[in-house]
Amino acid sequence: MLQILTPEGELVGDPPIDVPMTRRLYRAMVGARLYDRKATAIQKQGRLATYAPFEGQEAAQVGSAAVLRPDDWMVATYRDAAAMWMQGYPWELLLAGRTGHERGGSPPDYVNVLPPSITVGAHMLHAVGLAWAERLQGNDRIAVTYFGEGATSEGDFHEAMNFAAVHRTGTVFLCQNNQYAISTGLNAQMATDTIAQKAGAYGVPGVRLDGNDLFAVYWAMKNAVDRARGSNGPTLIEAVTYRIGPHTTSDDPTRYRTNEEVDDWRSRDPLERVRRYLELNGAWDEEWQKHIEGEESAVVERAVELAEGLNTPDADELFDSMFAEPTSDLESQRRLLESEGG
Amino acid sequence: MAVLTLAQAITDALDIALDNDERVLLMGEDVGKAGGVFRLSNGLYEKYGPDRVIDAPVAESGIIGTAFGMAVAGMRPVTEIQFMGFSYPAYDQIVSHVGRIRSRSRHRFTSPMVIRMPYGGGIGASEHHSESTESIYAHTPGVKVVVPSTPYDAKGMLLQAIDDPDPVIFLEPIRLYRSVKEEIPVGAYLVPLGLARVLVPGDDVTIITYGAMTAEARKAVAILKQEGVSPELIDLRSIVPFDVDTVVESVEKTGRAVVVHEAHRTAGFGAEVVAQIQERALFSLSAPVQRVTGWDMIVPLKRAEHHYVPTAERIVAAVGKTLEE
Repeated sequence: MLQILTPEGELVGDPPIDVPMTRRLYRAMVGARLYDRKATAIQKQGRLATYAPFEGQEAAQVGSAAVLRPDDWMVATYRDAAAMWMQGYPWELLLAGRTGHERGGSPPDYVNVLPPSITVGAHMLHAVGLAWAERLQGNDRIAVTYFGEGATSEGDFHEAMNFAAVHRTGTVFLCQNNQYAISTGLNAQMATDTIAQKAGAYGVPGVRLDGNDLFAVYWAMKNAVDRARGSNGPTLIEAVTYRIGPHTTSDDPTRYRTNEEVDDWRSRDPLERVRRYLELNGAWDEEWQKHIEGEESAVVERAVELAEGLNTPDADELFDSMFAEPTSDLESQRRLLESEGG
Repeated sequence: MAVLTLAQAITDALDIALDNDERVLLMGEDVGKAGGVFRLSNGLYEKYGPDRVIDAPVAESGIIGTAFGMAVAGMRPVTEIQFMGFSYPAYDQIVSHVGRIRSRSRHRFTSPMVIRMPYGGGIGASEHHSESTESIYAHTPGVKVVVPSTPYDAKGMLLQAIDDPDPVIFLEPIRLYRSVKEEIPVGAYLVPLGLARVLVPGDDVTIITYGAMTAEARKAVAILKQEGVSPELIDLRSIVPFDVDTVVESVEKTGRAVVVHEAHRTAGFGAEVVAQIQERALFSLSAPVQRVTGWDMIVPLKRAEHHYVPTAERIVAAVGKTLEE
């Protein structure tokens, strides 16, 4: 398993990015964790629908998304808010969806990130089609799809890997193997030792790495993105990581895993090892930590205000959103709702 | 003008769309080198090449899922599912994504794509090859479902479907592929989606159908006319959207109606037609509306299929019931 930065913050390989860039990505991971904790907190107050926390997976998401060009496509899941935010999807819209507002699915025009996939697996195929279409149109935009290890049990994982391989689409498959699909652990999910090895069955390179290591993630993603942009086909990356929190705020993880196991993974925290590395390089102190936490916290607080401040959609917005022009069926249903006092 | 079969009219439309619009591509199993299982894309692979007429791996979810991604990124994919009975592995993509992305993203992302499916029985095919399960798709928000029955409509509606800013499921009646032909214009023309067409005007009873059943209904009309009955025959052409106005206008005139489809009876689209007739025109009716449909059973294989697929005789009998009142 590829590792460049140990949990102690020591290098065991060449860092793929310099110290200023490492500081920027560290700050992004800090911001993502603040968002994640804030979202979890306000969900407990009943202000969000079920929330799926990503704590522990910040390096896998931030380190991979940091490699992308701003116009690249991203198709991710409900647990990939940090990656989506890195690619330009605003926190307030990610929160808006969780407050129960469809406008959360509508990122700004310059952001090529699809709204998060809630069902598991089907979205991987979309990243194949997106990258394929870009190549057909003469563009070198690539597409990355994020998914968990559980999604590799879905048939669409197989179909997506195969389509991408046969047609050499510029797609990066980024699997965050966070050990659990809700309660189902790896042993009940698959009989292979790794996910990366599945790539071989499709004629695609597979890379397995320490997903809590920002440098390893960045390095592998850089290679995969370069390969994709160079029309050399897809790559499967297995970022081995851990979901510190529950599957969602409705889940009780004590039913299927031990506190010792969680504590062991906490000791491999993706933020702490970068912090130690920066400190060793004289690029971190407590004052800066407080400064970035303050600023990132303010951004998250503002996002909560914006999300909660969105007007409740009226019925017209619903009828008008199904097609470019509402069908005659929808128009008569709209009149019916009005006549019934809705 | 040229005399074309319904199958040739579809090939013609595909050729025109590929020629006129670089965003259009065809994707499906065996649509390239083989020209499609029904040969409807014959010659197009040679003319437009493997990037635009794509032989896909055997994976229906993969075809629809990747085509969806292509559509979101600006292409206009026209996909072919070999038979409607093979579409179910792709249903998740259709119901979970194709029909939802516009709403989910509040118009930020759209998936303008056509999903072509040869459908229907009457040709004595293997199991899964004779399905008529359009109600499943009519019950799926966010997709249009259209069914041409003539070469003219097939060409004009397919070109319109490819131009449509939203996903369209385009059902092709296998039975009519080569059994109907007519003179149609050379070059591009459009037939709007969502409008029914009165095939035969009449005064005594309204027969409402679509797709392959228009052929049996036409036979029934001929028999009824000999018996001195004047039926009005309506081809819906589209079930989503459903042109209820044309149906209601006719029923208000005739006071009687028979709905015909080869799909299973329970929750078939005929149930929707009947429901909307009674909502809008109950007091114009002189008799209960009748349905002539397939049954709630697996479409039988060749030797017993005649028990299942509606016939002109059954339609005539149903019309007779409405006239008894």
